Amino acid sequence: MILTLIQKEFILELRRKAVISGISLYLVSIIFICYLTFSLRQSSINEATWSALFWLSILFANVNGIAKSFIGEKKGLMIYYYSVASPQAIILSKIIYNVVLSVALALMGYLLFSVFIDNPLQDKGLFMLTLLLSSFGFSACLSLISAIASKTNNSNILMAVLSFPVIIALLLMVIKITKNALDGLAFVESQDELLNLLAINCIMVALAYLLFPYIWRS
Amino acid sequence: MKTWVKILAICLLLYVHIGGLLFDVPRLNILNETIRALYFHVPMWFGMVLLFAISVYYAVRHLANPYGNFDIKSVECANVGLVFGILGMITGMLWANYTWGSPWHGDPKQNGAAIALLVYLAYFILRGSIQNEEQKARLSAVYNIFAFAAMIPLIFIIPRLTSSMHPGSGGNPGFNMYDLDSNMRLVFYPAVAGWFLIGVWIVLLRVKMRELEEKILDIEHE
Repeated sequence: MILTLIQKEFILELRRKAVISGISLYLVSIIFICYLTFSLRQSSINEATWSALFWLSILFANVNGIAKSFIGEKKGLMIYYYSVASPQAIILSKIIYNVVLSVALALMGYLLFSVFIDNPLQDKGLFMLTLLLSSFGFSACLSLISAIASKTNNSNILMAVLSFPVIIALLLMVIKITKNALDGLAFVESQDELLNLLAINCIMVALAYLLFPYIWRS
Repeated sequence: MKTWVKILAICLLLYVHIGGLLFDVPRLNILNETIRALYFHVPMWFGMVLLFAISVYYAVRHLANPYGNFDIKSVECANVGLVFGILGMITGMLWANYTWGSPWHGDPKQNGAAIALLVYLAYFILRGSIQNEEQKARLSAVYNIFAFAAMIPLIFIIPRLTSSMHPGSGGNPGFNMYDLDSNMRLVFYPAVAGWFLIGVWIVLLRVKMRELEEKILDIEHE
């Protein structure tokens, strides 16, 4: 069932290309604005600013991209899912699909950052691992919050308000690892943070899995 | 709440105010007399975390059984917890103004506390933007549980990983085993208990008030 649902997500997404290209353009615009406002290329930014800008762009792109997973779905469609699939299957398929989306966004952001701004990373492998791990956390947390926000009147504002405080723990961990990757420290140095990140991810996925059925019922 | 518990809470706080301001405190560099903030600032955070935990407990009970009045209890615990948090923030900022030199110092503990407050402010905004009562209770219970679980690493784990100027961490003089001398314990533990009992008392009063308001609404509708 989960596989069918994931397949459906991909087919739908590829069929109406407006959404995915919209989010990509959103990311491109953010990065280009960063490039222009900091008037880079003439004066380069330091590493801390690089990682802050990078993760802010990724955060905003993710919030907007994953918000689409429940906000904006038609009511009839929801009732149809309700009758054919279990809530667990739905949230897991959404999370897995969003992980793919989030990894794609992060890679694209990384590429654009290297082209436009700079690529001061010393440990690229560690950074890629961080991108992958953070995508799980982003996807689980934002999928659940998108489901909550979709039931309210002003879902777009609430999506941001509800998700930011919850995502900060993850973001702080990620920034700490990024700093290690920027400085090219040994892998052992970041092991604790990576384990923490993994633990936060596990908490988020488990909570999303357990709590989603209660949202779905209404 | 039993009457003797209320009297106990009042007595404890009277004792804390008198003892906290008059008793001898150890002389420590930089902290000096501001160490007395321990009796008023730290119990606020204990109270806040405990009240939020109770709020999450009632949120879980509400999800398991939506027909009880657990939602009201959950909201009121969050409400009073938020007040405790704001008071803790203000007392902390006053203290930081004299010891760190500025009210906001970007300390990890300060930031973590600010985020905890943001989470529960968002919780109330979420409640404000759903009309259907049943849906409001269920969705806010879900967010309450989710946010609390995501907040724990922020308040308890991250400040311990990074260096912090907050007393009690990073080798700063504070509430460690050896410098929290037994005289301070005599006031500190009653302070924690007293403030917490007062918090619970306020919650119970507000819950009773809400229940009565609902009853009045029901009667008016008939």
